[in-house]
Amino acid sequence: MNARQILLTIAFLVTAMTSDLFAQGFAGLGSTAEGGFAVPTRGSTLAFPRDHGAHPNYRVEWWYITANLEGADGRTYGVQWTLFRSAFAPGNADGWADPQIWIGHAAITTVDRHYVAEKLGRGGTGQAGVELAPFEAWIDDWSMKQSLDERGDPLSQIDLNASGKEFRYQLTLSARTPLVLQGDKGYSVKSAKGQASYYYSQPFYEVRGSLSISGKAVQVSGKAWLDREWSSQPLADDQTGWDWFSLHLPSGDKIMAFRLRDDASGFVSANWITADGETRPLTRDDITIEPLQFAKVEGRDIPVVWRIHVPGQQLDITTKPLNEQAWMKTSTPYWEGPITFSGSATGVGYLEMTGY
Amino acid sequence: MSGIAFWALISHWRRKPLQFATLILGVALATALWTGVQAINAEARASYARAASVLEQNELTQLVPRDGAVIPIATYARLRRDGWAVSPVIEGEYRVGTIRLRLIGIDPLTAPPGTGVSPIGNGKDLVDFISVKGRLIVSPTTARALQGKVDIALNVSDSLPDNAAFADISVADRLLQRKGSVTRLVVSPGRKISAAALSAIDPELQIREAGEQPDVARLTDSFHLNLTAFGFLSFIVGLFIVYAATGLSLEQRRATFRTLRAVGVSLRSLVAMLIFELTLFALASGVIGVVAGYFLATALMPGVASSLRGLYGAAVPGVVTLRPEWWVSGLAIAMIGTAMASANNFLQIWRMPILVAAQAQAWARMSVFALRAQAIVGAALLCLAAILIEVGSGLITGFTVLGCLLLGCALLLPSVLSLVLGLIARRSAEPLTKWFWADTRLQMPGLSMALMALLLALSANIGVGTMVSSFRTTFLGWLDQRLAAELYVTARDETEASRLRQWLPGRVKAVLPIWNVEGQVLGQSLQIFGVADDATYRDEWPVLVGTDNVWEEVTAGRGALINEQLWRGKKLFVGQPLALPNGLNVVIAGVYSDYGNPAGQVIIGIKTLERYFPEVSKLRYGLRVDPMREETVRNLLVHEFGLPATSIVDQAALKRQSRAVFEQTFLVTGALNVLTLAVAGFAMFSSLLTLSAVRLPQLAPVWAMGLRRRDLAIAELARTLALWTATFVAAIPLGLGLAWVLLTIINVEAFGWRLPMQIFPLDWLRLGAIALLAALVSMAIPVWRLATLLPAQLLTVFANER
Repeated sequence: MNARQILLTIAFLVTAMTSDLFAQGFAGLGSTAEGGFAVPTRGSTLAFPRDHGAHPNYRVEWWYITANLEGADGRTYGVQWTLFRSAFAPGNADGWADPQIWIGHAAITTVDRHYVAEKLGRGGTGQAGVELAPFEAWIDDWSMKQSLDERGDPLSQIDLNASGKEFRYQLTLSARTPLVLQGDKGYSVKSAKGQASYYYSQPFYEVRGSLSISGKAVQVSGKAWLDREWSSQPLADDQTGWDWFSLHLPSGDKIMAFRLRDDASGFVSANWITADGETRPLTRDDITIEPLQFAKVEGRDIPVVWRIHVPGQQLDITTKPLNEQAWMKTSTPYWEGPITFSGSATGVGYLEMTGY
Repeated sequence: MSGIAFWALISHWRRKPLQFATLILGVALATALWTGVQAINAEARASYARAASVLEQNELTQLVPRDGAVIPIATYARLRRDGWAVSPVIEGEYRVGTIRLRLIGIDPLTAPPGTGVSPIGNGKDLVDFISVKGRLIVSPTTARALQGKVDIALNVSDSLPDNAAFADISVADRLLQRKGSVTRLVVSPGRKISAAALSAIDPELQIREAGEQPDVARLTDSFHLNLTAFGFLSFIVGLFIVYAATGLSLEQRRATFRTLRAVGVSLRSLVAMLIFELTLFALASGVIGVVAGYFLATALMPGVASSLRGLYGAAVPGVVTLRPEWWVSGLAIAMIGTAMASANNFLQIWRMPILVAAQAQAWARMSVFALRAQAIVGAALLCLAAILIEVGSGLITGFTVLGCLLLGCALLLPSVLSLVLGLIARRSAEPLTKWFWADTRLQMPGLSMALMALLLALSANIGVGTMVSSFRTTFLGWLDQRLAAELYVTARDETEASRLRQWLPGRVKAVLPIWNVEGQVLGQSLQIFGVADDATYRDEWPVLVGTDNVWEEVTAGRGALINEQLWRGKKLFVGQPLALPNGLNVVIAGVYSDYGNPAGQVIIGIKTLERYFPEVSKLRYGLRVDPMREETVRNLLVHEFGLPATSIVDQAALKRQSRAVFEQTFLVTGALNVLTLAVAGFAMFSSLLTLSAVRLPQLAPVWAMGLRRRDLAIAELARTLALWTATFVAAIPLGLGLAWVLLTIINVEAFGWRLPMQIFPLDWLRLGAIALLAALVSMAIPVWRLATLLPAQLLTVFANER
C-alpha cells in the first residue's frame, strides 16, 4: 500500500469514525444508554455556572453558537461556532487515557460562499475541553471564553474566536436577559418514546466583532444564539435526522422549533420565548413546520424554503436561506446556515438540517 | 551492411561454440552478480524507506526534545492552543515474552493525512482502535508471533514491517507506562515552523526537518556498500572474460575481415556489423544475466535479511520482487560492460590496414610501453592508498583504499611477473628450461587479464576470510565473557518480578538485574543499563580501557561505562563528564566491547539507575548458580516458583542464538566469495582456451625440433601452474592487506568496533587447493587438445601463411 492509498484510507477513516461518533448525536443511538452513561431525568434542576461545564458521564454534549451579522460593508453574514463532546466511556481519566473526544466546527456564510473548518482532539491532554472559572470552552486555538470583566453569569458576556484556511473571526457576545431553559425546566423531550436531553439556550446575545475572509477584514454586529445540550440517548431508533430553527422576531421575541424526522409523521417541538425571557412551550398542535422548496446541495435534495405557522400567535412566515449551499463539509456533513423570513413578520434566524 | 557478409561473419561462432559460450557466459555472469547484488540492495533500501515512512514518518517535519527524554503533555497542549498543527507520537520498545515490539502510538484525531494506519476497514474499526481497549496493528508475521500472547486485539497490515506495532497513543501510553509524555511531534505538511517561535514556546524542543535519511538506512549503508563492492569486483572479473573472448574472436576472424574487405565491404560497414553482432550478444547474455541475478538475489535474500536483522535490527522481507528497473539497469550494464571490454579490440580493427597479413597474437601482445604504463598506474594507486590510510577517514575513504589496493596490485602483477620470469630465464642454463621460462614470459600479456582477475578473486577471498575468522574468534571469546550468568529469567510482570527478587536470594549465588531504560545521550537515543555490584562483572566483563577502579566508581554512582561504539563514534575519553537524562551527571570510567550492537550503550550502577529512572522495567535477571545446580534451579523456578519454562533461557542456548546470528551475518559474504572465485576460475579457463588456440605457431617449431606432444602438454601444465602459484603467492599479502583495511578502517567506520587481526594459514591452504582445482579444470581442455593434436596440424603451421 503506497503513501497515497494510506492517506486516502486515513482520511476516509477519520470521516467514518467521526460519523460514528456523530451518529450518537444525530441518530441511531439505542433507546437505552449502554456503557454506564447517565440518562437525563425529568425534574432535575439545572444549576449555573456548574452546568455550563462538561458532563462527562453523558455520551454527547455541545456548546453551539450561531450569529446573524451585518457587516460595515453592508453585506450579511452568518457565523457558526460549535464544540462537540463525544465519549467512548463515561467519566474522565488522566492524560491520553481520557475517553472524551472533542470536535470543533466553525463556519462563515456569505451570500456566495460558505467557509467551513473542523478540528478534532482528545480530552485529558489540555488540547480541548471546558473549564468553569473563568469559563472557557476550547479546542486548539479556537475558544469561547468569558469576558474577564463580567461578574454575573459567566456566559452573559463571552469572546468567541475561530479560524479556518481562508477565514477567521473574533466576536464579543453579550446578553442582559437570563438563560432560557428549554422543554420542562431544561428537560427537552426528543421523541414520543421519551428520549430526552438537557437543553438550555441564550437567544438574546448582541454581537460586535470582526470577520476576516481571504485576508479582508470587516467589522460586524448583530444577534447570536447559544444552545447547550447534553444527553446519552437524544434520539429514538427510528429517527433519521432533524430540522432545527432559531428565529429572532422583530418584537424581540424568539422562537426555537425543531422537527425530528422518522418513518412516520415525526416529532415536533417548539418554544416561544418572549423578549423578557418567558417561555411558552408549543406542541405539534400549536405549530406547523413544512418544507416548501428543495435545492440540490452536494448531490442531495435539501429543503431550503420552509413555512412556519403558529396560529395561536398569528405567525405565518416563509424562511429562505442566505446561501442555499450552506453545507458543512465536515466529517459528518450537514446543512447549517443563516436564514431570513418574511410573511406575518420579518427577521433573521438560523437553520440546521441533519440526516439528509 | 549486407546480410550475406553478416552471415559470413557470424558463421565463426558456429565453428567455435565453446568460444561463443565463453562470451555469452562472461557477460551473463558479470551481469548476474551485479544485478543480484543491486537487487538485494534495492529491496533492502525500499524496505527501509517504507519502514521510515510508516514508522518514523520521516517525510514530515518533526519536533523532538533536545537531550533528555520526552515532551510533556502540557507542551503538546500549549503548542496546539497556539495554533500549531502538531500531532503527538509515543514510541518505545514493548516486550511481549521474548518478542521486542517497536510500538508506535499515534493520535488519529490530529495525525496529518498519510501517517500511517491502513488496515482498518471502516469507522467502527477506528473507533475500536482509539477506544479504551485499543488495537495493535502489526504485520502478518508479527501477528502470528503475538497470537495469544497479548490481550489486545490484533489487526493485520501488510504495510508494516515485522516486529513493529501501531496503536492508539492512549494504548502506547499505557503499555509503555509513559504517563502522558510524548516522544515526538509530527508537523502537518505545508506548515512552516519557525525555530524562533518554537524556542519561545519551549526551548527544549528542536526541529527535525523532513526527509532526513532513516537511521537504519544510515547504519546499514556500510553493509550495502560491502555488497556493492563485491558485485563490482565480480563485474570487473566478468569484463576480463569478455575482453578475452571478443579479442580472440576478432583475432581469429582477421582472415575473414580481410576477405570481406577485399570483396568490397567497407571498413565502416564491417565495424558496424561487428558492433551489431556484439550488441546482439550483449543483449542476449544481459537477459540471461538479469534472470540469473534475480535467482541469485532470491537465494541470498533470506540470508541478507537475517543479517540485517541480526546486525542492525532492520526488518527486511526475505523475498525479492522482480522490478522493471532491474531489466533496464541489468541490460545497460551488460551493454556498457561489453562495450568497455571490446573497445580496444575494435580500435585495432579500425586501424588495421586493409591487406596487412594478420599477425599472430597481435591482440594479446601488450607492448612494453603499455605494460610499463599499467605498472606506473598500479604503483600510483598503491601510493594513493598509502596516503589515504594516513590522512583520510570515513567509510568511503576505507573503500577507496580497498579499491586502490586491489586495483593497484592487480595492475602491477603482470609487470612484476614478467620481471621475475625474465630474471629466471636469464639465469637458467639449460636451453629447454630457458625456452620454458621465456615462452612463459611471452604468454604473460595474453594471460595477464585472467591472472589479474584471479589475483583479485583470491585476495578478496583471503581478505574477507581473514576478517570473518578474526571476527568469529573475537566474538566467541567475547560471548563467553559477556554471557557469564548461567541462567537468564524474564518475569511476566512487576508483581512476578518482585516475588522473584524475594524468592531467589539463598537459592542462587547471585542475582544480576538486567534493567535498562532508553534515553537521549549526546543527541542519540540509546540504552542505559544498570549493573549490580558483583564479582561477575569485575572478573568477566570485557573492559577495553578504564580507570583502575572502574567498578567501584560505577557502583558509587560517579562513573559510567560506555560501549566501544559510543566511545569511537563520539570520540569520548575516559574521565570525560557525561550528561545522562533526568539530570544524572557521571564521568566516563571505562569502555567495553559490545559486538553485534550498532547503537551506543551506557552502563551505570543499578542503584543509580533505580534512583534516577524510577520507571525502569525490572523484569529481567541473570542468575549465577553453581553449574552443577543449574538444572535444579531451573526446575525449582518452574515447579516451585511457577515461572513458565519459556521465561528461562540458559547460557548455552543464548550463546547458540548469538552464534547463529553471527554465522548468518557472513553467509552472504561467503556465498559472494565463492561466486567471485568461480567467475575468476572461468576467466582463467577462457584465457587459457584462447591462448591454446593461438599458440600453435609457437609450439610447432619446438615440436619440430623434437619435443614430444606429451612433453609440450606437460610444459603447458607446468607453465600454468607456475603462473597460478605466483599469483596465489602474490594474493596472500594482498589479501592480508585487504583484511587489515577491513578490520581497522571499514569495520570501525561501519560497525563502530575494532577487531584484532588473526591469521589463519589453514584457510589459505584450503582456498589454494580449491583454486588449484579450478586452474587444473580450466587447463584440462587446452592441455588435452595439445596432447592429442594431430602432427599434421602442427605441420600446417609451416605450410600456412601464419
